[in-house]
Amino acid sequence: MSIICKINGNDTEIQGASDRRVVDVLREDLGLTGTKEGCGAGECGACTILVDGEPRLSCLMMAVQLQDKAVTTIEGIGESEALHPVQEAFVEHGAVQCGFCTPGMVLSAVNLLSLHPEPDRNRIRRALSGNLCRCTGYVKIVDAVEAAARAMAEGSKP
Amino acid sequence: MTHDIPAVGCPFPRFDARSKVSGAEKYATDEYAPDMLWAGARRAGLAHGRILAVHTNDAESVPGVFRVLTRKDVPGTNRQGIVHKDQPVLAGQKIRHCGEPVALVLAENREALKLALSRIRLDVEPLPGVFDPETALNPGAPMVHAAGNTLLSAVIQKGDAAKAFSDCDVILEDCFEVPFQEHAFLETENGFAQQKPDGSLVMTVSTQAPFRDRMEIGHALGLDFSSIRVISPYLGGGFGGKDGATVQCLLALAAMNANGRPVKMWWDREESFIAGYKRHAARLYYKLGAGADGTLKSLECRLYYDTGAYAHLGGEVLELGMEHAGGPYRIPHVSIQGWCVYTNNPVSGAMRGFGVSQVAFAIEQMMNRLAEKLCMDPLELRLKNALRRGDRNSSGVTLMHSTGIVSCLKTIERHPLWRNRADWKARAGRFKRRGVGVCAVFNAMGYGRGLPDSAIAKVELTQEGRIRVYCGVSDMGQGNASAFVQIAGDMLCQDTGHLELILPDTDRTHPSGSSSAGRTTYTYGNALVRSCLQLKEKLIHRASLVLFLDEPVGLVLLPGRVRHLPSGREVSFSTLAAMLPESDRTAIDQHVMTVASDGNLNASGFILGFPHVLFSYAAHLAGIEIDELTGGVSVRFYLAVTDAGRIINPQGVEQQVQGGVAQGLGYALCEDILLRDGKILNPSLTDYIVPTALDVPDVASLTVETVESTGPFGMKGMGEVGMNGPLPVVAGAVLDAVGVWVKRSPVTAERILEALGLNTGAGRKL
Repeated sequence: MSIICKINGNDTEIQGASDRRVVDVLREDLGLTGTKEGCGAGECGACTILVDGEPRLSCLMMAVQLQDKAVTTIEGIGESEALHPVQEAFVEHGAVQCGFCTPGMVLSAVNLLSLHPEPDRNRIRRALSGNLCRCTGYVKIVDAVEAAARAMAEGSKP
Repeated sequence: MTHDIPAVGCPFPRFDARSKVSGAEKYATDEYAPDMLWAGARRAGLAHGRILAVHTNDAESVPGVFRVLTRKDVPGTNRQGIVHKDQPVLAGQKIRHCGEPVALVLAENREALKLALSRIRLDVEPLPGVFDPETALNPGAPMVHAAGNTLLSAVIQKGDAAKAFSDCDVILEDCFEVPFQEHAFLETENGFAQQKPDGSLVMTVSTQAPFRDRMEIGHALGLDFSSIRVISPYLGGGFGGKDGATVQCLLALAAMNANGRPVKMWWDREESFIAGYKRHAARLYYKLGAGADGTLKSLECRLYYDTGAYAHLGGEVLELGMEHAGGPYRIPHVSIQGWCVYTNNPVSGAMRGFGVSQVAFAIEQMMNRLAEKLCMDPLELRLKNALRRGDRNSSGVTLMHSTGIVSCLKTIERHPLWRNRADWKARAGRFKRRGVGVCAVFNAMGYGRGLPDSAIAKVELTQEGRIRVYCGVSDMGQGNASAFVQIAGDMLCQDTGHLELILPDTDRTHPSGSSSAGRTTYTYGNALVRSCLQLKEKLIHRASLVLFLDEPVGLVLLPGRVRHLPSGREVSFSTLAAMLPESDRTAIDQHVMTVASDGNLNASGFILGFPHVLFSYAAHLAGIEIDELTGGVSVRFYLAVTDAGRIINPQGVEQQVQGGVAQGLGYALCEDILLRDGKILNPSLTDYIVPTALDVPDVASLTVETVESTGPFGMKGMGEVGMNGPLPVVAGAVLDAVGVWVKRSPVTAERILEALGLNTGAGRKL
């Protein structure tokens, strides 16, 4: 059977077994290796994607669950020459070290700012608490999300 | 995006940040090929036993299985190990720990691989195991290796410690314990390999030491190391756990049996816990003597490090622990004995703070207790004894280089968080108790004597007219590669649009040692500075020929070009490159780190990597709040002051400090590998708890700017020292808050609650 969905705005048909994990379909079939796998058990958040705008762990989803859904992976957020404001802030504020948690962190942050455009540091910390990072100690990631919120508020002014 | 010329000393957004944040950067895990096979190892699952048979028939009959390999299929010595070659690629006779690999399966897909691994049957004669390093030294203890359970024992004697105790007004004794710690990098151990028709191997591995890997694989599998090419992309974290063979030998063996098809091996999280390396668990006996005014006089230690089933770098880890056992203090009489011991526990190896994080806890708790005993301010006690340049440290090494611990401590002494601590503590709410801790820590830099710490840097003017840096030492996330771009950009006046980076590749870059020991930016950076000076001179001389100048004067480098200032005439890099043969477009130079030359050290048993002369220093300050009802500890503020010499990238230093502190807070508060008969009871991120964004406070980082005259631009390595502070500082704060004396880590809510319930008087122990 095949599964029809939208991935990063493109109509996509996924072939093969419908019980394959979404993270494998993205990485192996579609070459979207920006989605990382850190634990395979829903603990680390590295495989976070947005499904119909909501954060989901792609290591805990089966391909069949994508039927008629719109998926956004890190590749759909911005490109290195045209980054999303959250990504720009991560670069500028030193929120990236090894970078393996970064795609998932960015997607969680994008989701947070879509729901709460002016979060305080505590809300940011809560929103990112499902994404583990072993390099940064989180301080600069929180700094970056704060800065992105400010930049996006500036950008949305008429 | 704009391209700026990087300036050493100024914040420089990392060169790798854009590709990582957009998901475009390719890690080793991101390598796939349409016709590839998956490889996986069958792990023993018991800690000690004799292998009678490995039955592979059922596994071989699983559809999609390509090959099943056992010990008999391993050519070469079948032994891997960085210093001691004691670890089999595939065990054939004996199982020494639960993660021991006994068979290797190649399969068309992961499902077939998993099924086949579950169908390999082992006939094993179980043997009694040994799981405690002191017990393992007893006569009659089960033998992990035929030659005995002592991997390394060593002694440092400075002065006459036993005699000096008779001259002390206060003598304190205690014993401390720390558990194994997991690196828990987000990218688990993995690699991708293919054997070429000529028999050579091309491997892309998440590794901290691509050049050494070739030697290890060659030795273990009987290959000429020059036939092995190892490529090391950016790592998704390392922290020491990818220094030494993880997947390398198994993966190479798989590729050699894959009929030329590419092979991928990627340990899942559970396998990473079971088979990956750990920080050494340790038991530490301390006896410290001082005068009534707090002057340290004598120290005796006995240190037992549990290296698990194999050596890895266990001996060297113990050596560094011994070298740091006395803290950053002036102690005239020292006697330190250490044993690194084989057990049937998981294998321990390198981890950030390499042997030092363990003893930092012990010596700093002794200092806290001494301060309490003498009714002295703990900061004043540390300042009084802190090492200064010209002193001899506990190993007897004369400190000739930058020594900034006094400045670090004084920065804390002046800081409002320290000065206002009494007010802060008094503002604790109902059922809350607050405490403030302070500590002084240090960490050696470089390999130390006996193992030349060397790097070779190459820079090139490319045909396209850009400057390319050939980085020979892996970047596991610490940002050394980015620092190299920053240094080259600054020295050659190039903006980021004219700078390129080649990551470690044994065919393209030059051997520059492992990404470890706080050495990468220091050693490679020194070599790079020289290479850049060479290339600069060369480009100026060649440009002067193009411009028909009588002398190469008045010429400067600008982004993508050389300008003759008096005339304003310019030569583009691409013109220069077109004129020059490739050999004339490059510059290569080497650096070897300085070592201690003190001849009067009274130390024995040390094989290599002792002693050191360069150290980074730090003083940490933390305020914690304890919930009296639950025992829960939360860290409310944290300040780290670091002596890292001059700073190349302030943002990079903060990253390392904040990351090290977070990993250290995990070590202090929650991280604990739980073992029963050598088996890990919590091999997942569900049960092994690493700090989340809610557990780490806004760690503040300050630096004291010393100048390390031997380092590039005056810097020295500082990636590890931040790890050593959190456990001692939390332990000190617990003592300050509730009078509980922490002797083992982590400081969990259960342990605090138990200690609060058991006792009400002073000197309560945890």
